[in-house]
Amino acid sequence: MNCRSEVLEVSVEGRQVDEAMLALVHTILLHRSTGKFHYKKEGTYSIGTVGTQDIDCDFIDFSFVRVSSDELDRVIRKAVGEFKDAMGNGTDGMGQISLEFYQKKKSRWPFSDECIPWEVWSIKVNVVNLANEQERQICREKVGEKLGEKVINIVEVINRHEYLPKMPTQSEVDNVFDTSLKDVQPYLYKITFQITDTLGTSVSTTMRRLIKDTLAL
Amino acid sequence: MDSDLSPQDKKDLDKFIKFFALKTVQVIVQARLGEKICTRSSSSPTGSDWFNLAIKDIPEVTHEAKKALAGQLPGIGRSMCVEISLKTSEGDSMELETWCLEMNEKCDKDIKVSYTVYNRLSLLLKSLLAITRVTPAYKLSRKQGHDYVILYRIYFGEVQLTGLGEGFQTVRVGVVGTPVGTITLSCAYRTNLAFMSTRQFERTAPIMGIIIDHFVERPFGNMGHMHPCNYRAPAEEEGGYTGVEDSQEVCTTSFSTSPPSQVRTPPNLVFNFYIRLLKKRKYGPFPLQVTTASLDLPFAAFAPRAYDIEENDPMVSQQIICHFKSPATSSPLQGSLHSQGSGESGVPAQDDFVMVDFKPAFSKDDLLPMDLGTFYREFQNPPQLASLTIDVSSQSMAEDLDSLPEKLAVYEKNIDEFDAFVDTLQ
Repeated sequence: MNCRSEVLEVSVEGRQVDEAMLALVHTILLHRSTGKFHYKKEGTYSIGTVGTQDIDCDFIDFSFVRVSSDELDRVIRKAVGEFKDAMGNGTDGMGQISLEFYQKKKSRWPFSDECIPWEVWSIKVNVVNLANEQERQICREKVGEKLGEKVINIVEVINRHEYLPKMPTQSEVDNVFDTSLKDVQPYLYKITFQITDTLGTSVSTTMRRLIKDTLAL
Repeated sequence: MDSDLSPQDKKDLDKFIKFFALKTVQVIVQARLGEKICTRSSSSPTGSDWFNLAIKDIPEVTHEAKKALAGQLPGIGRSMCVEISLKTSEGDSMELETWCLEMNEKCDKDIKVSYTVYNRLSLLLKSLLAITRVTPAYKLSRKQGHDYVILYRIYFGEVQLTGLGEGFQTVRVGVVGTPVGTITLSCAYRTNLAFMSTRQFERTAPIMGIIIDHFVERPFGNMGHMHPCNYRAPAEEEGGYTGVEDSQEVCTTSFSTSPPSQVRTPPNLVFNFYIRLLKKRKYGPFPLQVTTASLDLPFAAFAPRAYDIEENDPMVSQQIICHFKSPATSSPLQGSLHSQGSGESGVPAQDDFVMVDFKPAFSKDDLLPMDLGTFYREFQNPPQLASLTIDVSSQSMAEDLDSLPEKLAVYEKNIDEFDAFVDTLQ
């Protein structure tokens, strides 16, 4: 099965990085989360209800909808915060956040479970520094419009209704969904990031991750 | 076409389409109420949350949607449309967008109704939630209030897009294939927001459907009490509307302030700011002379007290007199605003008024630049430091040199102090 890969690119000012990333990641997760599954005896299941919440950005003229789950929000904010820290403060730079949805495939001993991605969203961020308040005001509006376009792109991709993992049985549910949250159930996902410094050389946290993963037996 | 579908599947599909249409209307209207929406996730299914999404049902909206559908379902050639428009306090109105739920003939016979179609409709509703925050009408609706309100109209039948003006854009929210046709959801929105006269918007009532007028008797009379909290959450999946009044005065929109720039501000928000050039000499940093004691201004205490200007001071070229006028009173401040120390008092003729744009840096609005402008000018002309005004020229070089040995003796005496100080620095 081929992994679907989508790329989104945005240019933002330093203080807009958090909100721009949150907006896009939450928009994707809104579409990739379901209510909690409750399996019944006959092998059927019922699905809980997903609530939604409007979020206004402070540094961007933009509002977005996210799943009503404080737990999930905390996890995403933490990841985005780490990305922002890695990007540094007040410097120009480029980076990329990857939101990868995967399935676990159980392997027999001694091999570890495989993680097979089925959809990867790469959000490329270009951070710019602005000189004065007027430019910042224009940036607020422009980035808001850009994020709107990205949301439309995301929705377009989602609504192609391409491959989605089959709904799992009770024993397999943890191979497809992240069941650790109390109120919602996103597909299994992981967030990684990569920073490119201004010279264009890659400081690869990805390499580190790859090595860590291979060594984790 | 329908013969391939089992009776149970057909029944389920009809039910799904009906409730999808009702939920679509709810999402769109709620997104234009002007406030943030928040619903809770629940891990235990209650059975009343269609498509596994917590979308509240505003009874009046469900009622209007059902009236528009009149027992029919969206189908091929029968589209359900929600039109969003803006209406100003002066009665001008403008269509902003039209959301269309349509069906085309492309069938997907193999798709599973109770599972795949249902889940895809759920996904489509999520996409609708996301897209309704992205079209231009969202920002306008968040700022509705004294000057304009957002209205909605539901109609069934043929899609009408002519009211959206030239160059309208379309965004497709998504499609879901079913065995009886493909459901598509899209939005056509106006891009040309230049305001047009009322006459262009006088139109006949639509053949089907109604205009929901969210005003009470006096439009924009007192909008503060109009709040969307006057609906009850649904008890059952039908939307639970009991006792809905048919009166068109029912209002479910909320209002906030801050009007858009294109719309004329109502008279009670007008501040007239007059600046007079009494002496047409060269410009320079000039002191602002206004007796602000009688002005009800923020930071009035920080405005400079009027001080004497020398008659022959070439730098003083302007005097600024501010008038803050509200329509209720006829500038009661006028008399008290003459600057002191000015040889020329008396109100000059209207012809002398010149509007000068000051715009200090970081000043957010132009209505009251005076306080920030005052501050700005103040710090451009700070008083001289006392220590710098010592008349140094009177002391000659020789005297300086003579006083040196004395100074050195004093420093030597205090050498321990200096050493201790240096130690603290290390």
